[in-house]
Amino acid sequence: MDNGQHTHIVKYSTFVWILIILLVLTFSSVAITQLDLGVYTVTGALLFASVKSVIVLMYFMHLKFDKKFYAIMMAGIALLLTSVIIVTFLDYLYR
Amino acid sequence: MNNHAHIDEHRDDEGAKTGMWIFIFTELLLFGGLFIVYSVYRYLNPMAFHLAAEELDVVVGTVNTVILLVSSMTIAMAITSIQLKNKKLTLILMGVTILLAIIFMVNKYFEWTGKISHGIFPGSEILHQSSQGEILFFGLYYAMTGLHALHIVIGVGFIAYVMWLVKTDDVKHDDYVILENSALYWHLVDLIWIFLFPLFYLIT
Repeated sequence: MDNGQHTHIVKYSTFVWILIILLVLTFSSVAITQLDLGVYTVTGALLFASVKSVIVLMYFMHLKFDKKFYAIMMAGIALLLTSVIIVTFLDYLYR
Repeated sequence: MNNHAHIDEHRDDEGAKTGMWIFIFTELLLFGGLFIVYSVYRYLNPMAFHLAAEELDVVVGTVNTVILLVSSMTIAMAITSIQLKNKKLTLILMGVTILLAIIFMVNKYFEWTGKISHGIFPGSEILHQSSQGEILFFGLYYAMTGLHALHIVIGVGFIAYVMWLVKTDDVKHDDYVILENSALYWHLVDLIWIFLFPLFYLIT
């Protein structure tokens, strides 16, 4: 943007590497869920999904290069969603 | 100021982007709510969800994940290319993104019609004879992947519109916030799929 702020141009190669990492994570998550890990299957699959979403947010969605303000708001939403999930499950587990 | 009667258009890139992010947050909360509904019903009907999820094809799900990830990369690259003043490459990258989105939808079409031809759709005879958990699983499957597919269709429209703006030079190397916003929207679609994929296809 030409309004006095510095513009961060991300290299094409950075995006290619990010895609490779995301694909490796996708195939790994497919592989681990084919194994019989019991309850850890859900944990594993969601862990992989969370790591992938952080990478998408940081690089594809430019949060790493933008003002910190956006990343902080995003973290706030993630925290809000996680707390609602935890509170809902505390209710279902201990009612 | 020059002599022309030239009025500077009001422009607030930071504001436009903040607005887009706030919209993305509402979308995340919408899908987040659906994820909670899904997890609670899964917790209450573990066996039925296990059986129902076996019906879904991991290969189709994985292919669609790869398609969305690649399309996310191409639209991210389109921003780099407009910054580098490469209009032609920007249009190509956006076109590839739209093409990948259409391939995703074609896969989704075959997946859905496959299910429907097996008699698995909301209100079908076969589902009525199944357990409540299986009815819930497929109800949520159609609702959540359907809502996601609707976002894909809107994303295609949005990106196509921005492509037109790039073509007519209304979006260029020093004024491209709408391209950034359409890319953000597309990444959101990818982000939601990153969670839909393991929840419906992988965890059985």
